[in-house]
Amino acid sequence: MSEIVSGALPDALGHYGPFGGRFVPEALMAALQELSEAFEASRNDPEFAAELADLQVNYAGRPSPISEARNFGERCCGGARILLKREDLNHTGSHKINNVLGQGLLTRRMGKKRVIAETGAGQHGVATATIAALMGFECRVYMGRVDTDRQALNVARMQLLGAEVVAVEAGSATLKDAMNEAMRDWVTNVDTTHYLIGSASGPYPFPKMVKQFQSVISAESRAQMLDRFGVLPDAVCACVGGGSNAIGSFAEYIGDDDVALYGFEAGGSGVETGEHAASINGGSVGVLHGTRTFVLQDDDGQTVESHSISAGLDYPGVGPEHAYLAQTGRAHYEPVNDDEAMTALDQLTRCEGIMPAIESAHAIAGARRLALRMLAERPDHRPTILVTVSGRGDKDADTAMRYFGVHGDVDATTGRMS
Amino acid sequence: MTDLTRPFDDESRLGVSGRMVAACRAENRAALVGYLPVGYPDVPGSIAAMVALTQGTQGRGVDAVEIGMPYSDPMMDGLAIQHADTRAIERGVRTHDVFSAVEAVAATGATPLVMIYYNLVEHYGARGRSTDPAASVRAFARDLANAGGAGLITPDLTPDDAEFWTAASDEFGLDRIYLVAPSSTDERVARTASACRGWIYSTSVMGVTGARAQTSDAAPRLVARVRSLAPDLPVGVGLGISNGTQAGQIGAFADLAIVGSALVKELIAAEDSGTNSLDGLRALVDDLAAGVRNSR
Repeated sequence: MSEIVSGALPDALGHYGPFGGRFVPEALMAALQELSEAFEASRNDPEFAAELADLQVNYAGRPSPISEARNFGERCCGGARILLKREDLNHTGSHKINNVLGQGLLTRRMGKKRVIAETGAGQHGVATATIAALMGFECRVYMGRVDTDRQALNVARMQLLGAEVVAVEAGSATLKDAMNEAMRDWVTNVDTTHYLIGSASGPYPFPKMVKQFQSVISAESRAQMLDRFGVLPDAVCACVGGGSNAIGSFAEYIGDDDVALYGFEAGGSGVETGEHAASINGGSVGVLHGTRTFVLQDDDGQTVESHSISAGLDYPGVGPEHAYLAQTGRAHYEPVNDDEAMTALDQLTRCEGIMPAIESAHAIAGARRLALRMLAERPDHRPTILVTVSGRGDKDADTAMRYFGVHGDVDATTGRMS
Repeated sequence: MTDLTRPFDDESRLGVSGRMVAACRAENRAALVGYLPVGYPDVPGSIAAMVALTQGTQGRGVDAVEIGMPYSDPMMDGLAIQHADTRAIERGVRTHDVFSAVEAVAATGATPLVMIYYNLVEHYGARGRSTDPAASVRAFARDLANAGGAGLITPDLTPDDAEFWTAASDEFGLDRIYLVAPSSTDERVARTASACRGWIYSTSVMGVTGARAQTSDAAPRLVARVRSLAPDLPVGVGLGISNGTQAGQIGAFADLAIVGSALVKELIAAEDSGTNSLDGLRALVDDLAAGVRNSR
């Protein structure tokens, strides 16, 4: 992991070992180069840092607190100490604001007036539409038709913010198809437009840049842990779709060998059923959307549709740095299926009065599983597990009501369906 | 202005498909390249359509067929090709079907080139569990060469990430056709051109595939820029050519005129009419072939 910590990886062409790179049409190469240069220049620019810090504090409401989930820890996790990094409390309701503030400032520096974005759950679309309003950019958001239907609240928010939302009908009409359409727009309008990718995936420099802007999560949480608890956590947990909140949650701990890193992928109906979005656990190495990583694909390399109750995790690839962290064993990735995630959503909401997004509920479920496993392995050690609540659950109220209406109530103590 | 009657100086840059271009230049015309995806309306139907491309109605058609392999995420392609790709995948097209098309085109005497998104190459023969992309790329190159293919056009692979393909194409003597765009810097044009063998594909406009009412003035500027940086490499122009007049305009300054979406639209119209007739396709080929012959 020293290569990641020292900055030797990614290399100059964006490779993390065998992963990453820039598999895009040549027409985009100049824009990726321009973006790389603007991003690298910003990293050494105190003025940029000050401007970003001001927005983080006075606009987005950072730092986000760590909340101790005492009830949930006692009732559902065998008494483990469960700490929640509350990205759900950010302006716009998720971690996505962290990245769009940074990329928004870069867009302005590059002199571009128009931003486009892809979105699954709509959280990144809302965040992009928000900074477009703030910074005066024209904004178009591509969203799969399936997702505009299941995340109607966020579609309305984007439209109220002045963004144009394009429902993409192609392919599976979910996040991957929205990304294809955004790429096509970018190829056509690259002179005037910045493609504001929200995931820690895509061609270089996006994985590195999104990580940088999301690493505020772990920079804060690491200091908060030491200040308030006097220790680092035994494990850091986050949900993984493309992997932006997870890479931001892991970033500052990668060099802390005693801190285990756990990413929880969307297991859908179960990895064994083939109906899932767990690219690392159920996929294979391939190239998708400009990067080499783990991909859900068939025998020929055609992308396979992913399945998850969570629109934000419903993506058949994953950021290349996660692929590298998985391959090297520095981080562990496990699937959490729809039912486990919804059970955790119900548990956390009732125990703590905190309703996580369904995406984040995957991390909560995974943390619970991990806590019980750690306690079984070492009964004398009460584990401290830090979980990123990447977003709030308001947008998922309809989906959750439909789910619980179909599946009945959940016993908050046992996590079993009644 | 470049003298379009001057022979290409450096045979080693021409590969297989560049020699075909040189033969067209000796006839004082541009080469005509027609794109169709394998598997649409179905595999036999697509191969019949490709053979028709080489014939038109008078036995005179395209000089090269750009055989497209449908892909689930074709980010360089507009609506017509997406439509055909989606149908072809739904109807079960497989990567190995490309080689049947290559053999059929080679048998007509036209030059078979394959346009393919890179993941399909890196995954060839891996049955979903690829751990050795270099071996997959090599296997694809071997089978393409055995089928009589000239080389690959790679819309989402640039020389930057082409280590495996460079090695495999050298081993099997295949052409590497990379793209340049109006947005490419001179430095990138020079580097891309030096990595090409056969010819270089200039995208005439910024955007995805699709027939356009007018071809763009960015095309002659880009071609001139490419020629000044790589005088020995044939230059093709594609994106947006829909008729013989436009093909003639392009053929006046480029070495290859590449037509795709307009041909695919003929097949879509034929399917929608319930006939799958190739008459419309053949008539368009006649128009295009006449266009490149009257261009200089």
